[in-house]
Amino acid sequence: MWTFHKWFEKHSLILLIGILVVVSIGGLVQITPLFFIESTIERVEGVRPYTPLELAGRQIYIREGCYTCHSQMVRPLRDEVERYGHYSLAAESMYDHPFQWGSKRTGPDLARVGGRYSDEWHRAHLEDPRSVVPESVMPPYAFLARRDLDVSDMQDHLRANRMLRVPYNDAQFDNAITDARAQAEPLGANAYDFEQRYPGAAIRDFDGEPTRLTEMDAIIAYLQMLGSGVDFSTYQAEAPENLR
Amino acid sequence: MALRNIDGRADVAGILAILIVTLFLALFGASRAADAAFAIQMWTLIAATLVGTAMVTGILGRGPSVDQSSRYENGVVKAGVVASMFWGIAGLLVGVIIALQLAFPTVFYFEEWGWTNFGRMRPLHTSAVIFAFGGNVLIATSFYVVQRTCRARLAGGLWPWFVFWGYQLFILLAGTGYLLGVTEGREYAEPPWYTDIWLTVVWVAYLLVFLATIWKRQEKHIYVANWFYLAFIVTIAMLHLVNNLTIPVNAGSWFSYSLFSGVQDALTQWWYGHNAVGFFLTAGFLAIMYYFIPKQADRPVYSYRLSIIHFWALIFLYIWAGPHHLHYTALPQWAQTLGATFSIMLWMPSWGGMINGLMTLSGAWDKLRTDPVLRMLVVSVAFYGMSTFEGPVMSIRAVNSLSHYTDWTIGHVHSGALGWVGFVSFGALYCLVPWLWKRARLYSNALVEWHFWIATIGILLYITSMWVAGIMQGLMWRAYNELGFLEYSFVETVEAMHPYYIIRALGGLLYLGGALLMAYNLWRTARGDVPARERAGDTPVTAPVAAE
Repeated sequence: MWTFHKWFEKHSLILLIGILVVVSIGGLVQITPLFFIESTIERVEGVRPYTPLELAGRQIYIREGCYTCHSQMVRPLRDEVERYGHYSLAAESMYDHPFQWGSKRTGPDLARVGGRYSDEWHRAHLEDPRSVVPESVMPPYAFLARRDLDVSDMQDHLRANRMLRVPYNDAQFDNAITDARAQAEPLGANAYDFEQRYPGAAIRDFDGEPTRLTEMDAIIAYLQMLGSGVDFSTYQAEAPENLR
Repeated sequence: MALRNIDGRADVAGILAILIVTLFLALFGASRAADAAFAIQMWTLIAATLVGTAMVTGILGRGPSVDQSSRYENGVVKAGVVASMFWGIAGLLVGVIIALQLAFPTVFYFEEWGWTNFGRMRPLHTSAVIFAFGGNVLIATSFYVVQRTCRARLAGGLWPWFVFWGYQLFILLAGTGYLLGVTEGREYAEPPWYTDIWLTVVWVAYLLVFLATIWKRQEKHIYVANWFYLAFIVTIAMLHLVNNLTIPVNAGSWFSYSLFSGVQDALTQWWYGHNAVGFFLTAGFLAIMYYFIPKQADRPVYSYRLSIIHFWALIFLYIWAGPHHLHYTALPQWAQTLGATFSIMLWMPSWGGMINGLMTLSGAWDKLRTDPVLRMLVVSVAFYGMSTFEGPVMSIRAVNSLSHYTDWTIGHVHSGALGWVGFVSFGALYCLVPWLWKRARLYSNALVEWHFWIATIGILLYITSMWVAGIMQGLMWRAYNELGFLEYSFVETVEAMHPYYIIRALGGLLYLGGALLMAYNLWRTARGDVPARERAGDTPVTAPVAAE
């Protein structure tokens, strides 16, 4: 055996190929089945692609590095389910490119933060976290309320998502920019059409500033929909197809 | 006029071609920029390619471009040593700042800008210490070691310099990008798509320079350190390529959508993330151990056979360990179990490596008393053993249910990062500076002693405070009162962290202080200074010594 190893030590290309083979096996065996085993992602009712405004909010969430302190993955442990709500399903992040499960809870999990607080609370909290939670160590994000949201390339965002097989239909794609504005204008001319295209999505002036569409609108729209997708009344956790 | 010389220089022509193509792509990007952040990134790239072109052609104008006085190419290694020290201090400094931000949440925040917010500074810290400091140490030491162990000059003419400066450009683009909010949002893989492409180009050049030097070797056998370097370079290339498959929004946007989503994206990311630990922070630095410890101790490697087993077992098993970052998540349980199983098995090759490193001291243990540089190297291996024991323990599902999401993880990472990666790098740099600058010895061994002890105390404060904080946090989250309700609200657990966050920041500050002492010591060594008040020989220091 030890003399056999001299092959690797005397020929750099054999060593190189040996390394490549050895380090490829683990990933191939472990990762590729996830794309083929159907039960990897549960079949659930209610998970829809993000609205353009939520998608923009999600980009801000990523840009600001929220994932460095907040997870979006409730584990099936008693205390977590009681603290945050139903444990997270794979289906809930199937349109998340990239995923934002996180790895650290310097702040609480956000997988089910949607609907838990009012828009006003989020606004006050983002502008000055310690005004509503005195012990918080979160940085202030007041600048979000003062920056207009750039929606000019929203169609490109949807196009990229469509290439990744996120099921936006043609109407949603064509109206991407209109929809981004419409979601924050409940009394606007396009609110009705928006509601037809994204049934159940919240239509509100999220940042309390009706004349402007700001980054604050987008981030709050995103936070308010987190975890609200799955209809758990139709989800049977103990059904055989959902046991993985 | 200088350009006339290009004809005969394939390396120069190749580098110029890359720079010019990059320049035009960057100009195109700048013209399409959708926001200020992307425009700044593109103009940075444009400026860098122009400076690079000036450097390449200017060097030609001055005649021979590389120092031929030595049998080996030392210039690029020297540059790597300086860059390592610079980025090391920068990365540690950012670490101290963000540690203070968690302890005192009003530190260094500007309400109207997000540049210095924790969420942007944290990737800056992790990338600066891992990729900027660690990466430069690995590139510099690999270029040094491969030449000596192959008895061949570094291949490729100017290409090693391209690797060096190209890598600095990668760091610059990534780091300034984070502050501007440019990120892909996956831990340790935050650089955006164009920075990823640039790194790919640099990395291929790095692999080719390294391989071509091995091909030129005058030794029959490839030395064990080079196996580890090669595994590190090749595997990082594989991980980087697969994990950064994304679709950019358009040519004027830094933002891109990853090819995979949700659960598949999560496993790919932690396959990448855990093996950034396994191959960047472990395999690469084990190569350093396999060269510098035998060299500094003047003893052969303890066991040749152990190094073979440990090498193949380590690289085979490490790749599987990623899912232990996803215990109890929506990842299917078979994958979690598989990840945990391999993580526990990984304990064996890890300790095989540790034993091989420590036992190399056989017959030379007395040097630990007299040589603080060797002691630093050996203590790094001890820390390696400790954190590679802690890791498998934390990968057990029951333990992980407590430790995950808490500061225990942060403490674990830092026992490896500060104790193992930091110390083995410092040891190598302390060796390299006298060797490269041709000095008989370091400027001051006493300062190395100070560095060693200050940094060790810093590490201990860091990891013990994070153990306590993490375990306490995990227990508080799952604590119930006698009525069956959760005992603590989340924010009460945040409040409880405060004293530990202060101790952690203090630990980090001490570690940074040690690195500053080191930079001073290395600078004086390189200048050829000798302490005015020389202490006799190598006697251990028992009392504080003024460092003139």
